[in-house]
Parts: sequence; C-alpha cells; structure tokens
Amino acid sequence: MMSPELIIVGVLSSTIRLATPYLYAAIGETFGQRSGVLNLGVDGQMLIGAFAAFYIAFTTGNLWLGVLAAVIVGALMGLAMAFVSVNLQAEQGISGIGFYLFGLGMSELLFKMLLGTVETVKGFPDLEIPFLSDIPYIGEIFFQHNIMVYGAFLLVPIAWFIFNKTTLGLKIRSVGENPEAADSLGVSVARVRYFTIILAGILSGVAGASMSIALLNVFQQNMTSGLGFIAVALVYFGAWRAFGVLAGALLFSFVNSLQLWMQVLNIPISTELAIMLPYILTIVVLVLTVSKVRPPSALTKPFDRGD
Amino acid sequence: MRLKFDSVIDALLPVFATFAALGVGAIMLMALQVSPVEAYSALWEGAFGSKNAIAETLVKATPLLLVGLGICIAFRANVINIGAEGQMIIGGLMATQVGLVFTDLPGWVVIIMAIFAGFLGGAIWGGIPGALKAYFGVNEILSTVMMNAIAVQIMNFMLRGPMMDPAQLEKASKIPQTARLAEAFRLPRLVPTRLHLGFVFAIALAVLVYVLLWRTTLGYRIRAVGQNPHASRYGGIRVRRRIVTALLLSGAFAGIAGAIQVYGVNYRMITDGSSTGFTGGAGFNGIVAALFGQLHPIGTIPASIFFGALLVGANKMQRVVQIPAALITALNGLVVIFVVSSELWRRRRQKQRLLVDEGGEPPPSESPKTEKGASASEEVMA
Repeated sequence: MMSPELIIVGVLSSTIRLATPYLYAAIGETFGQRSGVLNLGVDGQMLIGAFAAFYIAFTTGNLWLGVLAAVIVGALMGLAMAFVSVNLQAEQGISGIGFYLFGLGMSELLFKMLLGTVETVKGFPDLEIPFLSDIPYIGEIFFQHNIMVYGAFLLVPIAWFIFNKTTLGLKIRSVGENPEAADSLGVSVARVRYFTIILAGILSGVAGASMSIALLNVFQQNMTSGLGFIAVALVYFGAWRAFGVLAGALLFSFVNSLQLWMQVLNIPISTELAIMLPYILTIVVLVLTVSKVRPPSALTKPFDRGD
Repeated sequence: MRLKFDSVIDALLPVFATFAALGVGAIMLMALQVSPVEAYSALWEGAFGSKNAIAETLVKATPLLLVGLGICIAFRANVINIGAEGQMIIGGLMATQVGLVFTDLPGWVVIIMAIFAGFLGGAIWGGIPGALKAYFGVNEILSTVMMNAIAVQIMNFMLRGPMMDPAQLEKASKIPQTARLAEAFRLPRLVPTRLHLGFVFAIALAVLVYVLLWRTTLGYRIRAVGQNPHASRYGGIRVRRRIVTALLLSGAFAGIAGAIQVYGVNYRMITDGSSTGFTGGAGFNGIVAALFGQLHPIGTIPASIFFGALLVGANKMQRVVQIPAALITALNGLVVIFVVSSELWRRRRQKQRLLVDEGGEPPPSESPKTEKGASASEEVMA
C-alpha cells in the first residue's frame, strides 16, 4: 500500500502532466474565439499534428523536428480554416466538423500507409529544474516534467499578456467584439482573424505533438478521442480568459488524474463511471458559469466589408 | 427562366462540392502512388457492383438517413446537434433492453415497442442538451459532445454489467455484449440479401419529416426560430420551447437509428469501447448526408445512399488498391467544408435576385451593405 503523501503527490503531479494538451489547444482556441472565430476542428488538427510529430520524430530521431512538423501542419490546417471562415464566410460550427473529419481520416490514413503498426518513440525526457525540483512535494508536483509541459504552462501568462497589455491583443478583442468599429478604425479584420486562426491551428498541432512525443510517446488512430472538443469547452468554461482556461484545464485534468489513480489503486469504483466524471463535471460547470459571462459579440459571425 | 436556372445551380452545388472533394482525393491518391481511376472504380464496384453490394449500400444508408433527418430538424432550428452518436447509443440500448425483457410477446409488437424505446432514448439524450441550451444558455455543440462521451461509458457499463449476455458471464472471455435477440424480433429482410425493412421505414419517416417541417405549425415555428429567433419571439413563438423540441426530435431520430441498427443488422449490442464500434460513425456521417441533402428530408435520401455507397465501396477499395478506408472519412470532411463554403455563392445570388425582384436596378458592382455579419450566419440555415 502506498503512503497517502505519495498518492497525493502522484495525483497532483499527473494533473499537471495531463493538463498539457488541453492548455495548448484551449489557449489557441481562445485566440480564435476572442477574434470572433469558433474553430471546431481542434481535434482534427491535434490528430494531424500528433501524427506529423510522431512520424518525423520516429524517422529522424529528432524530437524538435517533430514539433516543427506539428507546427507546420497545424499552420496549414489553420490557414485552410481561415480561408473558409474569413473569405468564404462559411458557417463555422459546421465547417469545423468538416475539418475534424478531415483530420481524423487523414491521420488514420497516413498512419496506416506510412507506419502500419503502433510504434513507440523515446519522447522528451523529464527536465528537473535546479533547486526548485528539490523542494519536498512541490518539486515533484511542479518541477519534474518534460519541456512540453513547462511550455504549456508558460503559454498562459504569455497569452494573458498579449490579450491585455499589447496592441495586438486590443486588435484581437476589438475584432471579436465589434468588427465594424475595428474596421472603421483601420484594423484589418481579415488579417487579425487569419493570424489568430493560424495560431490556433499551430497550438492545436503542438497539443497533438505533446501527446504523441512527450506524454504517451505513441501514435494510434483517433488517439485524442475527442480531447479537442473538451478544449473548446474549456474556453467557454474559462470565460475567454487565459487564466480561466488554466483553471478549467487543471480542474478537468485533476478529476481525470484522480480517476486514473483510483484505477491504479484498485479502488472499487466502476471504471466507466470514473471516466464519465470529467464530462459530467464539465456540463455542470458550464451550466453554472455560462449564463454569467458573455461570449465575444461577433463569435461565429463572418465579417463582410461589403466590397 | 433565370430563376429556374439559378435554382438548378443551387441544387447542384453539393454535387460540384463532391466532385471537388473527389478531385482532392484523386490528388491524395496519386501522392500515395495509387491510380485514382483504379481506386475509384473499385469504390464504385464495391458499392453498386452486385445485388449484394447495392443491398449493403442501402443497409449502410439507413442509419445515415435516420440521423440525417434529425439533423435536418435541428439545423433548421439553427441548433447544431453533434450528439447523434450518443443519441444512437442510448436509443440502441433501450431498444435492446425491450427485446431482452419482453421475450414472450409477438415479434411485431416487440419491434414497434423497440423502435419507440429507441425514439425515447434518443429524445432524452437530445432533450437534455436542448433544455440546457434553452434555459441555461449552454452551447449545444459542447454539451452534445460531452453527452456522446457519457453515452459511450453508459454503453460500456451496461454491456459489461447489467445487460451482459448470461452466456458470457460464465465464460472467461467476458465479451461485452448482450444476448442475441430472438429470431422473431428481427426486422424482416426484403430480398435475399441483408437489406431489411428498416430502410423502407426510414424513407417513410423522411416523408413524415418533410410534412412535419413544411406542412405543420410546429414545423413552421421550428424553421422560424432558426431563421430569426428575435422576430419569432416578437411573433409570439416560444423560442426556448421550440429549441428543446428541435433537439429532442433530432435526438429521437438518431435513437431510432440506433434501434434499427440493433434490430435490422446486429441483432445484439456489442461494444469495442468506442462509440463508432456501435454506430459506425453514422452520428457524424449523418450530418454530412443531411448537409449534402441541403437540410431537406427528401434530399437527404439520395445523399444518404451516396454516402452509404462511399462507406461500403471504401472497403472494396481497401482490398483492391490497399488504400485504408479512412480516406473516405477524410473526403467526407472535405465534402462538408466545400458544401458550407459554396453557400457563399448561393447567398450572393439570392441577394442579387432580391434586388432584381424588387424592380430596382440590376445589382451594381458594389453589392449594397444591407445584409452583413449577423444575418449572414443565420442565412446559412435558411
């Protein structure tokens, strides 16, 4: 039997690890939604990113090239999404499903054609932060993870800073709240949205990479199993704020980690009920929070300059 | 005359979109060093090459059509139901339970009860997100996705526990499946193939949904809410209630799809742990079919057959040219993207037509700024 301290540290440490893909994807999605575009294709972008990262890392042995590959395919998917939602003004909820199906099918197709079987890579190693990782408990919980995990958490203050302290952030928010006004002040709505949707695509790709070459170190068809959709929910949950998204990701992955540890410790609770819990929790929290906050006014509304 | 020409073009837009998607697919095939002609002819052969192939195509089309009918109702109300996978599962579970409990009743009674149970299961699973949207403002896209994940776990729990085949309980293998339904409870086959009565039933329901949407007050209200919720509220329509109705009905049709899948094809429920193990992805592909059918119940019939053909043909293609059937999933995604993108041209021409009809000048090169932004996204559903 493990000591209670060990279990608590274990649960919290894996909470931090599990939050990683949610953070990358949900922070990216926050950029898109703040500018008025709902990207529902996150899960598809993640799958393609996860495969690209895994395949490149597997064939070249270079993990950073794998991340770069995920960035490139994520950016390409984002570019396509931007063209469809900005220029062609397509209904975003539905075109997003199209991108999801495309990513789902494409990643499985490439996986079967290029790899054929489930392989493994040696993913990013854990990086102990000097001094900090020696602090009892805290060190193990927060400072003994791989670099992709740290990256995800660093992204949160960076996103906060961009949204609240830079001109770019102001432009993004104004385009999402009142594109007509932003346009009349000389902000290019299209350019801002292209930027945020491509960024969202890149971060989704990296979210996939964080699963395939940093956390799980394998690629399997549909390995995200809907994680990208949860990431979209976390943006609503976090009320379109970087730290709100962080809180949501931590809560969700805490419940998930608790669930995994209960299975490890053979606590007699039905596995199915345990897996269900985070989803039920998300619905409950959405009910409790959604009516209190307002989404960006122009969310899902295409902007037509009329020329 | 011009109007007629325009509406023909409008109706053909999805066909153009499909050709575009197949074209992209051809490029992908060439990139994978496979001859597109060979691949696509294997696809065609697999879908329509024999009596059995055609029957399989129609069997595959049945759940797509039923889900698609529900999608027509929801999307017409501007409610995006992504929960058909979960609704099918709950419908399938409840329908199966009927067949396992009422073993003494005559076959046709049980089948009717099972379809009703499927309806009910799907209605509950669609109604919950409907109520959450209408009364708590919870985005239905998110809640239906969550409900899918929950339904999968309920299925796994039921099939590994309370509903597990008693024979499996004694074996070491413990396959998570129910007992087989009695032979009398199976949907009758139409011709000596696997084609079952469920297909005909689905077609009849398509006509029913058409009547519901365009010939009844409820249908009018649902469509009005979808086109302009503010005006509808002003006109005395209880918008929240109609949102719940739309999602509830949408789920109910997916639930029937689940019931028919059990009583017409599998004769039991079995899980591989995922939702697609039971649904075959019909919950998502039904959306594709409905969009392809322009959210019209009758248009969804050929659309479902078309996508059923793609799915069945994909298996043959996989065998002949060794291209994974996942290609079809990717192409379906492209079809969705192209179809929704092509709406832009339809909207533009509609605007021009309005101007001409009003007796005004032919549209100037600069289109007027009358309708933009907000209305554009609502028009997609029109």
